[in-house]
Amino acid sequence: MIREVSGSEISKAIEEMCIEANLSLTDDVRGRITKAFKDETGFVAKKILSQLVENMEIAKNESIPICQDTGMAVVFMEIGQDVHIDGDLTEAVNEGVRNGYERGYLRKSVVKDPLIRENTKDNTPAILHVSLVPGDKIKITVAPKGFGSENMSKVYMLKPSDGEEGVKNAVLDAVKSAGPNACPPMVVGVGLGGDFELCAILAKKALTRDLDRRSEKPHIARIEEELLKTLNETGIGPGGFGGDTTVLGVNIETYPTHIAGLPLAVNICCHVNRHAVRVL
Amino acid sequence: MAEYHINLPLTKEDISLLEAGDFVYLSGTLYTARDAAHKRMTETLEKGEKLPFDINGETIYYLGPSPARPGQVIGSAGPTTSSRMDKYTPRLLELGLKGMIGKGRRNEEVKAAINKNKAVYFAAVGGAGALLSKCIKESTVIAYEDLGTEAVRKLRVEDLPVIVVTDCHKNSVY
Repeated sequence: MIREVSGSEISKAIEEMCIEANLSLTDDVRGRITKAFKDETGFVAKKILSQLVENMEIAKNESIPICQDTGMAVVFMEIGQDVHIDGDLTEAVNEGVRNGYERGYLRKSVVKDPLIRENTKDNTPAILHVSLVPGDKIKITVAPKGFGSENMSKVYMLKPSDGEEGVKNAVLDAVKSAGPNACPPMVVGVGLGGDFELCAILAKKALTRDLDRRSEKPHIARIEEELLKTLNETGIGPGGFGGDTTVLGVNIETYPTHIAGLPLAVNICCHVNRHAVRVL
Repeated sequence: MAEYHINLPLTKEDISLLEAGDFVYLSGTLYTARDAAHKRMTETLEKGEKLPFDINGETIYYLGPSPARPGQVIGSAGPTTSSRMDKYTPRLLELGLKGMIGKGRRNEEVKAAINKNKAVYFAAVGGAGALLSKCIKESTVIAYEDLGTEAVRKLRVEDLPVIVVTDCHKNSVY
């Protein structure tokens, strides 16, 4: 049986999710920021974290975006093979973004051409990643991504002989080079394996996974935990002013890769690691 | 590490007093400008024309706010990454720019120009735009309205919390 989903239903969901994600962080991210504030021992660091806690409350209670960079709208859609979408899917997504950014008083931060740089004035187009899955549902994840941290992200084409140590060193290198520019405390999304472009998509996807849920692969879960410890030992701290809290979470997504390669992408996100998820 | 409440525009004495790591609450008038406005200001100077405001003695906040809801002065209003303005900054410091508010590292050329022209670079907390918006009491677009969020705004702020990153004595937090 084919299930019909209308383009307007998709637009409406995306509109609401753009607004929701920009005003309120998910419980896992809120929890990590609040815990960091409680545990932090650095004087300046604690002061900055207290501002971040207060900021989250003001944003939620007064409908002011958590950060003025309300991001480029990254949309992941897992579409069931038994769904038929009525209308143009890409246009439905962009319509949702357009309405969400307008009605939510969100910043329009997209330029039409990378060199001519004229603002499109409605934050479209979105960046859309579609995958086909079994079933008759559509799972939508909207992740508005700020560019202060995006600019500090990196892809490393490592060699198989670099192994686990090479992976850890590269992630450490990316976080150190991001430093104060990426609005620490950061959330680190890592894509490991696949090829050049897939590792980058995996890294972005990793940022949308619950920070309290470790990888299902034991060795990857261990690396996530070890990296979290190592990255916090850098002492970069909130705002780059030093402290115990440099990174709130590390999520790693993996995919099989070629015998000759070990692609690695590190997608850096600030503490405003936003996303909203819905199933239609 | 001291804490000060300072009125804008900054005086020579204020600038000389401040040291990297100090907490400062700024009150008074400042201007916003980020990437596109800096590019346009530089093009204006290259044509031999005047900047849209007298920069001498002033402070620039690297900010592109989100839109204000009805009844609000401004939307979310935190700092953007300063290093993207590095290319344009030494020239503005030569013209008398005294204060900059942003976040993140500056290059060596900017740090040297801060020392040479006796200016100061502050950071506000990145990603605290809702909180920082509460310190902004008035906002008026004064130039480049076509740039939308990147237009130049004149702001009146009260107790805007910032930290000194680079002082005029060659010290820098990072």
